[in-house]
Amino acid sequence: MLNVRDYSFTIKGKRIRHVSHTRTTFILGLVVLLCSACSKQPANDAVGTASDFQKQLQTQLIQAKPGDVITIPPGVHPINRGLSLNVSGVTLRGAGMDQSILSFKGQLQGAEGLLVNASDFTIEDLAIEDTPGDGLKVNGGRNIIIRRVRTEWTNGPHENNGAYGIYPVQVENLLLEESVAIGASDAGLYVGQSRNVVVRNNRAEYNVAGIEIENTFNADVYGNTATGNTGGILVFNMPDLPQPGHSTRVYQNIVSGNNTDNFGAEGTPVASVPAGSGIVVNSNDRVEIFDNDIADNDTANIIVSSYYATGFQGTRELAAAYDPYPETIYIYDNRFSGGGSSPDGLDLKALKVAMFGLRGRFPDVLWDGYVNPDKLDASGKLKPEFGICVRNGAAEVLNADLANGSSNIVVGDSQHACDHEKLPAVVLAPPLG
Amino acid sequence: MRRLALLFLAGVLIGCSQPARTVLVHPAGQPPALLSEWGVVLASRQRLELNAGVIPYELNAPLFSDYALKLRTVWMPAGTSAQYDASREFEFPPGTIISKTFYYRKAPGWSADRPVVVMSNVAHELPADGFLSLDEYQLIETRLLVRYAEGWHAYPYVWNAAQDDATLEFAGDVRALELVGEASRQNINYVVPDANQCGGCHTPDHAAAELRPLGPKAWQLNRPYAWWGDAANQLGHWADAGLLAGAPQAWPAAIPATDEWRVKVYLDANCAHCHNPAGAADTSALHLNIEAPVDRHYGLCKTPVAVGRGSGDRPYDIYPGRPDDSILLYRMQHTDPAIAMPELGRSAIHTEGVALVRAWIAAMPGEC
Repeated sequence: MLNVRDYSFTIKGKRIRHVSHTRTTFILGLVVLLCSACSKQPANDAVGTASDFQKQLQTQLIQAKPGDVITIPPGVHPINRGLSLNVSGVTLRGAGMDQSILSFKGQLQGAEGLLVNASDFTIEDLAIEDTPGDGLKVNGGRNIIIRRVRTEWTNGPHENNGAYGIYPVQVENLLLEESVAIGASDAGLYVGQSRNVVVRNNRAEYNVAGIEIENTFNADVYGNTATGNTGGILVFNMPDLPQPGHSTRVYQNIVSGNNTDNFGAEGTPVASVPAGSGIVVNSNDRVEIFDNDIADNDTANIIVSSYYATGFQGTRELAAAYDPYPETIYIYDNRFSGGGSSPDGLDLKALKVAMFGLRGRFPDVLWDGYVNPDKLDASGKLKPEFGICVRNGAAEVLNADLANGSSNIVVGDSQHACDHEKLPAVVLAPPLG
Repeated sequence: MRRLALLFLAGVLIGCSQPARTVLVHPAGQPPALLSEWGVVLASRQRLELNAGVIPYELNAPLFSDYALKLRTVWMPAGTSAQYDASREFEFPPGTIISKTFYYRKAPGWSADRPVVVMSNVAHELPADGFLSLDEYQLIETRLLVRYAEGWHAYPYVWNAAQDDATLEFAGDVRALELVGEASRQNINYVVPDANQCGGCHTPDHAAAELRPLGPKAWQLNRPYAWWGDAANQLGHWADAGLLAGAPQAWPAAIPATDEWRVKVYLDANCAHCHNPAGAADTSALHLNIEAPVDRHYGLCKTPVAVGRGSGDRPYDIYPGRPDDSILLYRMQHTDPAIAMPELGRSAIHTEGVALVRAWIAAMPGEC
């Protein structure tokens, strides 16, 4: 208890209407004692109506202590306001991602279903459905485990769906596994501005972007299935952010049939992604793509592009600190089948027909051809250490030469027959899971 | 013994029914169930009054809160004072209680079952005699920020139907209101934030994760306030009353009365608690704090990062000369939680704020 003293108050003779009082310290102490007796919180009501459940869950999250495990019982639980957790060391656990469902249909307030501002956080075995905004956002923090969480917009892909399903941003040491994201109008699983990240064994379907790794470094993305999205797996760098991304490995994923029309809002980074994109690397460096099964993505199975190809830039200079070029990209030992036969957008369609005929298809790797003029060798090509290297059997690279108005489109240039040193595996420290 | 116990119980019951008549700082993490037990603002006999030593104050640029009136007060333990700071909020001593009461003037046709209330664009209407008539006003909620040695705690209280006390509601509340303006009416769900959501705004340094007051800064308090009964700067009154230590010889210059500065103070008050270089929204790299230059990070020709359908199919946060192509304005013009900015505390559109920002963008030269 703080030392609280009674004091009277007059300012320059001004008469201020206040409640008058004179109390002895003894009585003051007694009042404190009595009032603290009244302040005991009433016991939580038994969970009856949905609104009782919501209030109880909010209160549990607000009053959580490190080490607490908060459980979500089986059932569909309607929630009409954003939930949040600000205490580190808490586990939020359901009975399964098809059993314990938090449904945010008709949510009144909150830009996400659950917002977490905390470290040492685990969420597992529950679903977050139909949020107007993002499903689960984790803003900042270290040692985050997201496991068997499903975020879904149950009406299927639609422009009015929320933006992100599972959205950790500016986190360090993240394990995102065995989760499911369906119907996000931006990215289903989105890891932004983070470091030391493992995204594995998840499923992303019918989002604009299935899985997106943005401005993040040291990320391993493996064992995931991305199907039916506009773009399957994206590795992006956007300008003006606190941290540029690099060093991402994308391997042993299934990336197939990502041909859903782009239903993202214009102006968002993913709005530039053509339907039918398998894996897209945009403006990111040191990206390794290997041992994936990549099939039937109708624009191209892999796209490597720069910020300049997105159409965002306008007439103003980019920030000097931003590197808009994809460099040191290494694509090898993937299994490609189909894809590239029906690209999205008139320009790409026309290009495909002109070069490969009505029944032809694009090569497996599409590169926009933008290069940093400071990083070229004597022949005008990227120096080997920055190159787009492809060691993938018969798979070829199409250089669309967008920087020069596609005046010199090349397929199968020998500059891509190169190698980079392989990236080390991401080591989560401390280990998670 | 039993008799004693009964007596004690009776004492407890009497204690509970009587509001404290002095300001009490309850221990951290043990807020009382009733607002009256803090003794900061007290309602009785259809009046809301301030307790002794409780000082109301007014800001240059208040946060918009669904056209509510807001009564802000500060109380500090006797003999203590806040430390002046030229740039951030003043450093208040342990034991400080800051309160903010959200209330509306009742509109014609008001009843307890159908609260029809007046949309207000002024900060508050506390008369010089220092009390609010509850015949004229409806109290909605009072939020407390209490300073302890280890930092600030936030407690939300919601006023009861009888309007004689407010109850601690960690989970917040939702109140249906009908707002009446000069030429408009609208129904809103007024949302009382939950205790975590207090931190959604009151944690301007997101990584530090410390609650802080937002209003009591030099530039916000640097103005006269009629409650003091004269036209002198309220900072001067604070200093004269011994509430402010380390004050400078001269108060800061007034904020220039230009359109751009009007916009800058408005965006600071409404956005900068998240949109500053250390804020929760630094993930977007959009910085709207008053110190920030009007450049790309202020939204000028800036493409969004994680805006989702908040973009409204618009390309840039601020597109000079083209308010209807500016995302910032789009988000102010909506109440859908996926689109609306600020994310918390706004269920109505602030038409006057929209007009201010619209005019500024429309008059801005240049191209993206």
